[in-house]
Amino acid sequence: MGLMRRFSNIFKAKASKTLDKYEDPRETLDYSYERTLEMLQKMRRAVADVATSRKRIELQAQQLQRSAAKLEGQAKQAVSQNREDLAIEALTRRQSIATQLTDLQAQHDQLKAEEARMVEASQRLQTKVDSFRIRKETMKANYTAAEAQTKVNEAISGIGEEMGDVGLAMQRAEDKVAQMQARSGALDELMASGALDDASMSSDRLQAELDRGFAEPAVEAELARLKGELTGGGTTAKQLGAPDQETARSGAPAPAEAPVEEDRR
Amino acid sequence: MIVRISGEGQFEVPDRHVEELNRLDEDLTKAVDGGDEAQFTAALQALLTSVRTAGEELPADWLGPSDLVLPSPDATIHEVREVLGDEGLIPG
Repeated sequence: MGLMRRFSNIFKAKASKTLDKYEDPRETLDYSYERTLEMLQKMRRAVADVATSRKRIELQAQQLQRSAAKLEGQAKQAVSQNREDLAIEALTRRQSIATQLTDLQAQHDQLKAEEARMVEASQRLQTKVDSFRIRKETMKANYTAAEAQTKVNEAISGIGEEMGDVGLAMQRAEDKVAQMQARSGALDELMASGALDDASMSSDRLQAELDRGFAEPAVEAELARLKGELTGGGTTAKQLGAPDQETARSGAPAPAEAPVEEDRR
Repeated sequence: MIVRISGEGQFEVPDRHVEELNRLDEDLTKAVDGGDEAQFTAALQALLTSVRTAGEELPADWLGPSDLVLPSPDATIHEVREVLGDEGLIPG
């Protein structure tokens, strides 16, 4: 037997099992209708699960993008200080974040497609359920045992098949969500471990060295000023905190405004 | 006859088209038995396209069983085997 028929037979056998049959076809109709309503509820929850998983990935991507941007800035700082070693370190970290981001994008696209399919499937089921409800009432009102059996069976197999199909779609979506959640969890752990952090976080050697790179010229200038004062020479001290240095430091915690307040006292 | 494409909908396909579907089904069966994913995707697309072109999609509120149910367009061999369960490994 070809695949097409094997697949059909098993699918239909499974679908027909989703609905119990009662002695009185009218009862079967009511029962089937209840089941389809339950299925619609489940379907909506499944769509929400996929959306939650997608949003989690979006948050992770935002976090990684922020880190990547900071590392880019740090690499620039390092280059401006002629610290190629630090620049390479920052760019290497940025590269591994870029890889993670590509992976996240692919997962995100998959989930989005899955979400769209689920929404479509639930709309289809909704239409069938509405049609089933109307037919069910008509059949019950004009019920005669002779004609009922065939008509009822047709409507029930139809709705049962739709439920089987929706059930399959839901199973797929659940599998995907479970896979993505496992990967998201692994990425969360990786992020928590600091492996993907930008260098301004925690006591990071990269940022510390960059800060020192900016602090040293300033300290030297201060030293020169003091020396100038002591020797009584009229040499003008170099200005501290030149604007280019201030803006380049934005990655580090901003120094408190304490000196200004002292001046005001 | 009525053919359902899983995840897509139901189509009414003229009975004279069955021969063509059977022919395309042979390729699909070979692909699944051989476990060749690329061949499977190509054969499945060919089969589904044939149903869509020869058949007419039934309205969304139509209610009735299908004579044939086909896997969804993006199904994989793995997913098909999962539906087939044990029987998937025994060519009937």
